[in-house]
Amino acid sequence: MMLALTSDIKTPLHAIRPSIKLAAMSIAVGIVFALSSVPHLAIAVAITALIYLSMGLKFAREGLRMLRPLRSFLVLVLVIQTLIGDPMSGVIVCLRLSAAVAIANLVTLTTRLEAMIDLVMRLAAPLRFVGLSPRALALAMAMVLRFVPVFLSRANTMQDAFRARSIRRPTFYIVMPLIISVLEDADQIALALRARGGLDGGYEP
Amino acid sequence: MQTKENTLVMVALFAALVAVLGLIPAIPMPWGVPITAQSLGVMLAGAVLGGRKGGLALVLFVFLVALGLPLLAGGRGGLGVFASPTVGFVLGFPVAAFVTGAVMSRSGMNPVLASGIASFIGGIVVLYVMGIAGFYLMTDKSLVASITIMATYIPGDVVKVVLTAIIVGALAKARPQSLLSRA
Repeated sequence: MMLALTSDIKTPLHAIRPSIKLAAMSIAVGIVFALSSVPHLAIAVAITALIYLSMGLKFAREGLRMLRPLRSFLVLVLVIQTLIGDPMSGVIVCLRLSAAVAIANLVTLTTRLEAMIDLVMRLAAPLRFVGLSPRALALAMAMVLRFVPVFLSRANTMQDAFRARSIRRPTFYIVMPLIISVLEDADQIALALRARGGLDGGYEP
Repeated sequence: MQTKENTLVMVALFAALVAVLGLIPAIPMPWGVPITAQSLGVMLAGAVLGGRKGGLALVLFVFLVALGLPLLAGGRGGLGVFASPTVGFVLGFPVAAFVTGAVMSRSGMNPVLASGIASFIGGIVVLYVMGIAGFYLMTDKSLVASITIMATYIPGDVVKVVLTAIIVGALAKARPQSLLSRA
């Protein structure tokens, strides 16, 4: 199965309700985007770093790893802004984005996927009145997570089948068979769903 | 016949396809927007499912990313994505799929040409407008600078448009009942 980004290291933040964490995160990110002076933003970054560090060094390191995709981008912003002759605004963007992304990641790192899904189900309940049932949403989410490994193993099977019959490398040749076969699966699954009562029936995700 | 269950499964299937294409190793670029196969999934979802269902598939995908699943190219995910410079592209996925599907459904041309034009408009024009807007809002950088950075991705995206047209054309022949945009 797929892995969520939730941290295995238990922290006090894991115990807080996801709804409270989400609200606190939104407010904090809003504040960070409203700040526009280097000292203020530096304080925001320092506070964020302190929160991470107070959860332990290992957790802080994990948080740093989540920021890695941002790193090269921030370097480029700094270089461009320095070349233009306005390094200060480059520093501001770097501090602001690091703080905002780190704060948002904090929720993701400390909230289990199940807790997130529970929250979504509760928030989505009113959508019943516009015709979107939370049950269909839950079923769709579960199906996506199940389809990903199915796709991958089907692709492997097709590659093996190709290799067993040809000395060429399986490249574009397997794309169409792969797509057709998963589309056929989709029809079967839809039929099976209907046979078990369908979306409006008694199915409990 | 297109039942409610059918629609749900197809929407989930294409959300998963976008996730799978994200697993294909991305070529990282120094400016933070990696070249990925993921937008091929966005184009395919729109061109095959049509506007509403294609858009829905990508809403589902973005939703799962927000919940903390590492489904974006390069294993990114979580709420931090929505505070980072690539947010415009991520939020642009559903819009791009919707526009691709809407153009595909409305055009009377043969599936190959129609899906090529549709995925060019949706998967390149619309996606880039949203991506650049997000980039601009998140970094305060001059708009011109962001546009020149993005231009380096266009050749890769044109390849994806061609792939979409080939796949949709083949699908129209082999399994026309699955081409919901033309149902």
